[in-house]
Amino acid sequence: MYQYNDFDRAFLAERTAQFRAQVARRLDGSLTEEEFRPLRLMNGVYLQLHAYMFRVAIPYGTLRSEQMRGLAYVAEKWDRGYGHFTTRQNIQFNWPKLVDIPDMMDHLETVGIHAIQTSGNTIRNVTADHFAGAAADEIADPRPIAELLRQWSTDHGEFQFLPRKFKIGITGSPNDRAVTRSHDIGLRMVERDGEPGFEVMVGGGLGRTPLIGKTIRDFLPKADLLPYIEAILAAYNAAGRRDNKFKARLKITVLENGLEAFRDAVEAEFPARRAAFSGADQQVLAAIEAQFAPPEFRGGDAAAYEAARAADPVFRAWADTNLTAHRRADHAIVTVSLKAHGATPGDCSATQMRALADLADAHGYGELRISHEQNVVIPHVPRDALPALHAVLKEHGLATANIGLASDIIACPGMDYCTLATARSIPVAQAIALTLEEREAEVGPLKIKISGCINACGHHHVGHIGILGLDRAGVENYQITLGGDHTERAAIGERTGPGFPADRIVPAVERLIDAYLELREGADEPFIDTYRRLGMAPFKAALYDQGNVSDAA
Amino acid sequence: MSRRPSFTPKIVTANHLGVGDVVYLSASGEWVRDLSQAELIEDEAHAQLRLLEAEARLHEVVGPYLADAAKGPTGPIPTHFREAFRASGPSNRPDHRRAPPAPATPKPIMTHREAEVEGAL
Ligand code: HEM
Ligand code: SF4
Repeated sequence: MYQYNDFDRAFLAERTAQFRAQVARRLDGSLTEEEFRPLRLMNGVYLQLHAYMFRVAIPYGTLRSEQMRGLAYVAEKWDRGYGHFTTRQNIQFNWPKLVDIPDMMDHLETVGIHAIQTSGNTIRNVTADHFAGAAADEIADPRPIAELLRQWSTDHGEFQFLPRKFKIGITGSPNDRAVTRSHDIGLRMVERDGEPGFEVMVGGGLGRTPLIGKTIRDFLPKADLLPYIEAILAAYNAAGRRDNKFKARLKITVLENGLEAFRDAVEAEFPARRAAFSGADQQVLAAIEAQFAPPEFRGGDAAAYEAARAADPVFRAWADTNLTAHRRADHAIVTVSLKAHGATPGDCSATQMRALADLADAHGYGELRISHEQNVVIPHVPRDALPALHAVLKEHGLATANIGLASDIIACPGMDYCTLATARSIPVAQAIALTLEEREAEVGPLKIKISGCINACGHHHVGHIGILGLDRAGVENYQITLGGDHTERAAIGERTGPGFPADRIVPAVERLIDAYLELREGADEPFIDTYRRLGMAPFKAALYDQGNVSDAA
Repeated sequence: MSRRPSFTPKIVTANHLGVGDVVYLSASGEWVRDLSQAELIEDEAHAQLRLLEAEARLHEVVGPYLADAAKGPTGPIPTHFREAFRASGPSNRPDHRRAPPAPATPKPIMTHREAEVEGAL
């Protein structure tokens, strides 16, 4: 895995020292908030409803065990003993004091983590498939490219003042687990005649104008990636709108100019950019790739795993939902749910972080991942170690068997933390999870995603059932969308109709589930397929007919 | 002279510069953490004046603004749920609450079973 070199360390130490001085000058009054705000945002420091919030990037969702311990230490020493993992593979600390944040940064630097460009109109944390390097369906590990992008974009002089924030997502698999089409640039690894390359998508995004990314190049040779991305950034930097914040994202630039015109601008920029790179990036990439060599896998005895499965129904239920095929048959990918029924999705205590780090060391070659679905992944576990691992997870309240089910909900912080929120989000997730707990196994795969305002941090547009909390005349009101899809079949959900007040949103979701169970052709037809087959009408009827109309507002 | 439109009472509120938590301006000009000790301002001109005074104290607080409030039994109470959440803290973590749920806090979102018990279904 990538290790900081001396240059990285010196750069971060200097950056934190700068920020420490800026904090001191803010606290003694020599900097105004107006002057300080952009400086703190550049370093991942927000002010939320009840406290500052410190957002730290977990590049491409990858953590070593000692980095997880570093997060635990910071959470305990300077926050309230927990952290919140987000859909952008960041971790947010909700309660830091301003004066302590430079110390938090210094500590994180010792384990090779930072918060630079987790905010502001810059290139943000590059997100990647959380099963990268482990998945059975992968062409190649996308993380070396993500690391190359991170190094190239960090403190890139030309791209520190973009028209708006800029998000890149990458996957090395045909099965898209990184929601690449919801990013400003999405990258999907492909092969053509044995040559590795990328499908490049631009102009995706959620927020107030949700758009699915469009393919600007269906095959870009791997060696051309950085210059081409630089050309996209340069074209956007020139054409992106700075007059209107709501029209400043790349998706609007592409929409307003048309994909063809934007592609022409990129292609016009590309040759000069490519010439300027002269292959140096490929040397850097080769060095990075060496650092992402897979661990020395030991053999895992499948018989011990099968025996545990047969003997223990709790283990079996967990294995059936929380394991994914590894590229080696004697290993499995473990997804650890941070969605115990009734808990806050994505919250993880320092004790749990340490337990996960220890498990990764004991059974998983020291590797961990954070998924955009707000769960933790132990990517390489020999199958014979799974029963022991499961037993420890149980002790720490981390053995919930619900990955991919109704209670595996993405929820943004919403009105409980966020200054921009128009309604609560987390409590809706908690109530839905508790309500559906008993029958979610019967219901099967279902993605419920909840945002507390139109910014859509909770990905509601791409949820099979999406929930958006709004403020209607001083009262919370929840809009439902159906048919969103976050995979390679990416789609934006469609609104069902009028929204529901807070005390009616959980029963409304239940009616959707009831309708689905009645309508499906069998237990192997998931919710999204039933919706695709039948469309909105029967679900709309379930929501608004049968005397339920009064529920909607 | 035309009659002034009725004025919704206000409080001055902000976030504390060092800690980031919610503070209110009291009648004696102190930043207090308990909403009931905030000054309830019932006159528009006075509200603007108090806001200006708060804005001059930017080495103490961040982002002061006027929020709607009403007169409660022991001091100002929020009228909008956003201010209610600010006054009491996140509802998902009772252990991180700083005050009991303020008036105007929406009800907890009920599970099916709770709704049945309440007779809300
Ligand atoms: C301090 C709290 C936060 C603030 C102020 C904030 C702000 C925003 C804003 C303004 C947007 C809309 C951007 C646009 O449409 O141009 C947005 C989008 C987004 N945010 Fe957040 N956010 C916050 C927390 C989070 C959290 C906790 C997550 C992850 C759970 C997250 C992930 C995202 C994602 C995935 C999008 C949509 C993708 C996109 O189009 O950019 N944000 N956020
Ligand atoms: S969707 Fe809105 S409420 Fe939720 S975190 Fe994003 S900005 Fe805040």
